[in-house]
Amino acid sequence: MTRFDPPTRDPNPGTGEGGFGHDPLTAGLAALATDAPAALLDRIAARRVQVPGPLDGLHVAFTDHGVAFVRAGVDEREFAAEFRARFARPLLPAGRTPAGLLPALRSGRLGGLRLDLRGLSEFEAAVLRATATIPRGQTRPYAWVARQAGRPKAVRAAGSALGRNPVPLLIPCHRVTRSDGSPGQYVFGASAKEWLLRAEDVDLDAVAGFAREGVFFLGSDTTGIVCYPTCGDARRITPAHRRGFRTVAAAEAAGYRPCLRCRPGLAVPA
Amino acid sequence: MTVTDEVLTPVTEPELEPGAEPGAAPVGDAVVAALADDLDAGFAALYEAYRGAVFSSALRLCGRRAEAEDLAAEAFLRAYRALCGYGPGRIAELRPRAWLMTILMNVWRNNLRTAARRPASGPLEEAPDPADPGQDVEGAAARHETGRELAGLLGELPEAQRAAVVLRHVADLPVAEIATVLDVPVGTVKSHISRGLARLRTLHATRGGTS
Repeated sequence: MTRFDPPTRDPNPGTGEGGFGHDPLTAGLAALATDAPAALLDRIAARRVQVPGPLDGLHVAFTDHGVAFVRAGVDEREFAAEFRARFARPLLPAGRTPAGLLPALRSGRLGGLRLDLRGLSEFEAAVLRATATIPRGQTRPYAWVARQAGRPKAVRAAGSALGRNPVPLLIPCHRVTRSDGSPGQYVFGASAKEWLLRAEDVDLDAVAGFAREGVFFLGSDTTGIVCYPTCGDARRITPAHRRGFRTVAAAEAAGYRPCLRCRPGLAVPA
Repeated sequence: MTVTDEVLTPVTEPELEPGAEPGAAPVGDAVVAALADDLDAGFAALYEAYRGAVFSSALRLCGRRAEAEDLAAEAFLRAYRALCGYGPGRIAELRPRAWLMTILMNVWRNNLRTAARRPASGPLEEAPDPADPGQDVEGAAARHETGRELAGLLGELPEAQRAAVVLRHVADLPVAEIATVLDVPVGTVKSHISRGLARLRTLHATRGGTS
């Protein structure tokens, strides 16, 4: 066993500085150097891409966990600065657009698109998960989101969580409105929110009309079910059979039960 | 001076430390210039230049591939976060490889301390390095065998010796830079390397007969 014996004429014995390449041991150690796996960089850095979508100047950042950040109306530099301030992670140009991103932005439905929501608090994540279930073309009030997220009294906190939504459009926080159905604030501005809702065929004028009459819930006297006005089921009620209510309690007192799809006033299932 | 010019400039710098291999300083300068220009593009240059040294060192220090990826990713991420807080002056003075390897060593030592309170996970070298398809099969097998054995023996060195041997002979850092990275005198680095190599020879000689 002499394979790792040091060379006899090493000018700098011991350290291997002079005998490099002649000593089988140091040569063996040098051969242990290896390149980093190709996927390592994607564990460290996020990628950015500019994409077409319902709003102009749309930039998207994604990691190996999914889409992490969406901003509209910014240039590349502003986007990078915002991303750095929030995530403190390197942001490099992407070679490709993540599969499913463009259809998700176009249709307002996530499909199989993965999101990277690390870094959010448990409540923030719950608020966003609840928001993600609101169908295209419908709206829910902040109070509904707070209740679905498991903290019915935390309406204001739910609003803040939506304001911090890292992936607007993909998690449709524009579909969360004031309890009277008026659009309210939005991360990209109130007018963008109204524009997005109208583009999804939400009839904001009809909703505002009901609100002026003190109607925030619509029931059908044929089914005995009460809904939010933008619920797909509520929109099918013909005017002759439509009954308006100020509260779910008033509807229940009149013998109506809350819709299982839009869940007005329902307790969170256990 | 553009980045390309710097890379192509022959190494004639007198302030190169003894033992510094030619080429290290221009690469470092190019990385610093890129970082000063744009933090994200600069980070890409930093990663490109040192990913091999960082990952190889991480792998040979901890012995496990998955853990090495965690260590390397964490080191690069910490490096980026530190850079976010550095002003232009601090970045201009940066010696990026020594700085980065210092971060890696800190992450490794922190992990060791945490791991000491937890049972080890997974066998050493659970996934062998992929074979180089360009090598002759027999030679590659022999080299692979030697590599596996050496990688295992490194894990038996005391931490200080392992760190010095890995930084010198796997990552190919000059002794003076290792002294900076480990924050010990050059003489101490040399004696760690020397004792580490001697211990590896002894371990190999005593194990060799049975393997």
